[in-house]
Amino acid sequence: MSVIIILLLASISVAALFLVAFLWSVKTGQYDDEMSPPMRMLLDSVPAKEISDPAKVESL
Amino acid sequence: MQVEKFYYDNRIVKQFAFATILWGVVGMLAGLLIAVQIYLPAANFGLPFTTFGRVRPVHTNAVIFAFVGNGMFMGVYYSLQRLCKARMFNDTLSKIHFWGWQLIIVLAAVTLLAGYTSGKEYAELEWPIDILIALIWIVFGINMFGTIIKRREKHLYVAIWFFIATWITVTMLHVVNSFELPFSWLKSYSFYAGVQDALVQWWYGHNAVAFFLTTPYLGIMYYFLPKAANRPVYSYRLSIIHFWALIFLYIWAGPHHLLYTALPDWAQSLGTVFSIMLIAPSWGGMLNGLFTLRGAWDKVREDPILKFMVVAITCYGMSTFEGPMLSIKSVNAITHFTDWTIAHVHVGALGWNGFLTFSILYWLIPRIYNTPLYSKKLATNHFWIGTIGIILYTIPMYWAGFTQALMWKQFTAEGTLKFQFLETVTHIIPMYITRSIGGVLYLSGVFIMVYNIYKTVKAGSLVADEAAEAPALESQAQEAHTEKHNKLYWHRWIEARPIQMLLFSLVAVAIGGILELVPTFLIKSNIPTIAAVKPYTPLELQGRDIYIREGCYLCHSQMVRPFRDEVARYGEYSKAGEFVYDHPFQWGSKRTGPDLARVGGKYPDSWHFNHMQDPQSMSPGSIMPSYTWLYENKIDTAITPAKIRAMITLGVPYAKGYDLQANADLIEQAKKIQTGLKAEKLEAGTNTEILALIAYLQRVGTDIKNAPKPTVAALTN
Repeated sequence: MSVIIILLLASISVAALFLVAFLWSVKTGQYDDEMSPPMRMLLDSVPAKEISDPAKVESL
Repeated sequence: MQVEKFYYDNRIVKQFAFATILWGVVGMLAGLLIAVQIYLPAANFGLPFTTFGRVRPVHTNAVIFAFVGNGMFMGVYYSLQRLCKARMFNDTLSKIHFWGWQLIIVLAAVTLLAGYTSGKEYAELEWPIDILIALIWIVFGINMFGTIIKRREKHLYVAIWFFIATWITVTMLHVVNSFELPFSWLKSYSFYAGVQDALVQWWYGHNAVAFFLTTPYLGIMYYFLPKAANRPVYSYRLSIIHFWALIFLYIWAGPHHLLYTALPDWAQSLGTVFSIMLIAPSWGGMLNGLFTLRGAWDKVREDPILKFMVVAITCYGMSTFEGPMLSIKSVNAITHFTDWTIAHVHVGALGWNGFLTFSILYWLIPRIYNTPLYSKKLATNHFWIGTIGIILYTIPMYWAGFTQALMWKQFTAEGTLKFQFLETVTHIIPMYITRSIGGVLYLSGVFIMVYNIYKTVKAGSLVADEAAEAPALESQAQEAHTEKHNKLYWHRWIEARPIQMLLFSLVAVAIGGILELVPTFLIKSNIPTIAAVKPYTPLELQGRDIYIREGCYLCHSQMVRPFRDEVARYGEYSKAGEFVYDHPFQWGSKRTGPDLARVGGKYPDSWHFNHMQDPQSMSPGSIMPSYTWLYENKIDTAITPAKIRAMITLGVPYAKGYDLQANADLIEQAKKIQTGLKAEKLEAGTNTEILALIAYLQRVGTDIKNAPKPTVAALTN
């Protein structure tokens, strides 16, 4: 069962990596705003002149 | 604020989308073929490369890595660009990624059909392809992280987190499980043996489901569902919480694939506990998806895309409820090795992965071709045919699994087994037939989709580079400055403290040391705990490799669980110490045929000889295909020394220099079997593969019978 050492090492290092990522995301304020990101993703960054063409917007 | 103009790369999305459709059809056709072969062995066509054992890995690999793989890349390449407000990092890397992945798929199909397999489920590909997969996966990683770094949107939307977790974890799983020792250009032996190999394999196997079929598709769901419904996700906070909970829990659940096997009990319990905990984050994701449609169910009635998504998410919820249930030992005792498992994975594959992929194709193709979908009605028909297909597929398989398990466990009043194994198989053949009808329906739906998308593509024209505008990330330069400062700070902090410095160096060295030491541990722990267990003879080793090549493990397990019925049917339950020389392990996960862990010595050589040639002649009604080519192919003796040397490197105690002696022993043992068959008027060609296979089958599980019975003193110690 010594292979469990490899699996534990691999799993724990990935978990540690995720933990660092999690702490980073909290510290850098990724989750400070929970309201606008889900709204913002609904909007496409279509160039302004194309938005002025209503037929185009309809098709999108 | 300066607005930058840039273009999304839609061509790469289109390529992945078409590849998804193509490989989806191929993978499902392969699945349909093997589904028919189960009740119609003649559909194997008597050819090695169309036989169940070789087509089944093509089906699983095609559906997982080609269909869902390309589907994942399609979804990632479309959504990541838009979520990051940036074109993909590098167009050349995108191209290398796309064509590299297609090359891997073609190589995989060819080698698997030719019989080159590592013998580990869902990781069957041999070492050169494993290396290629790693390289292309890294290209994908560079491209993805490059895009994330140069993004114009500071916030990383939750979908991106799912993609990041997918990339990191799949990298690790692939590297650890593909640790193998090559002995020829296309063949290798798993570095691990027996129980250890089983543990690594199912740690990989479960997480392949988790991080290849689940997390990337959850990320895709979090992008495409709100887009298709045109409303924000129900709870963004829930999506974040369930993401972090899911990735921390998933990695520990693997051992639930090995309940009641020779894996140590504590490892089994660990797997069970984490599997049951998984229900919380999984259902968090499902409910978040379904609640997003709260107040929009009128749209679902109209829109086939949303219909597909609702069923996909519901199937995700069902299979993630079922998974934890199947991880409970008493439930697993019934369902394991039966078609229940097949039903379970197909709820996930056909429902969750398949339907979500279809919905995205219907949503995305009209957009990148700047034209409406050719026919909404056809898409709705696809939805209904597909849904009925899923129902006709899964319900008979649940029924078959449950029925067969109960029949296996049935005893008569006199205390003997009530049913022969074969009776339990022939009993469920109607269910197998219904299942394949379900498969036909599902595939018909896919063909309707192919037509619908073909017509849509014809009507539109690809917007290869879609214009977009967004301001650059504010104060990017300033951020870079702070980061630089931080780095200096950390380094100074370590440098100024010798003790910290020492600790960090120790950690760095320890990692290196462990990497060197662990392989030695592995080999040392292969010292048998059961003295009677001996390495295979060269002929048996060759026979074992034929057993692996023909995919026997896909229908026959080699693991007698400690249950009354299994001990009565097969013999003494399996012990961990019996498998120390098995590179790779061959425990299997499904009993379409009976368990073979104790088949050695059960029948005479002549029985095996006749049975492999024409299974129905020995067991009337058997659904096993015949393996006529084994009677013509000669054993590849040129490779024997290399095989023995590889085994010696892996710690199997053959005498030094035995590689040179091996072929002489092989020929002698083959001759003995040949002579024995001749006495029964059966003509076997000299050194034909059937002799090696018989030698192996007659050896399986017999060593333990030579072990001295434990004395009372030994037991009390």
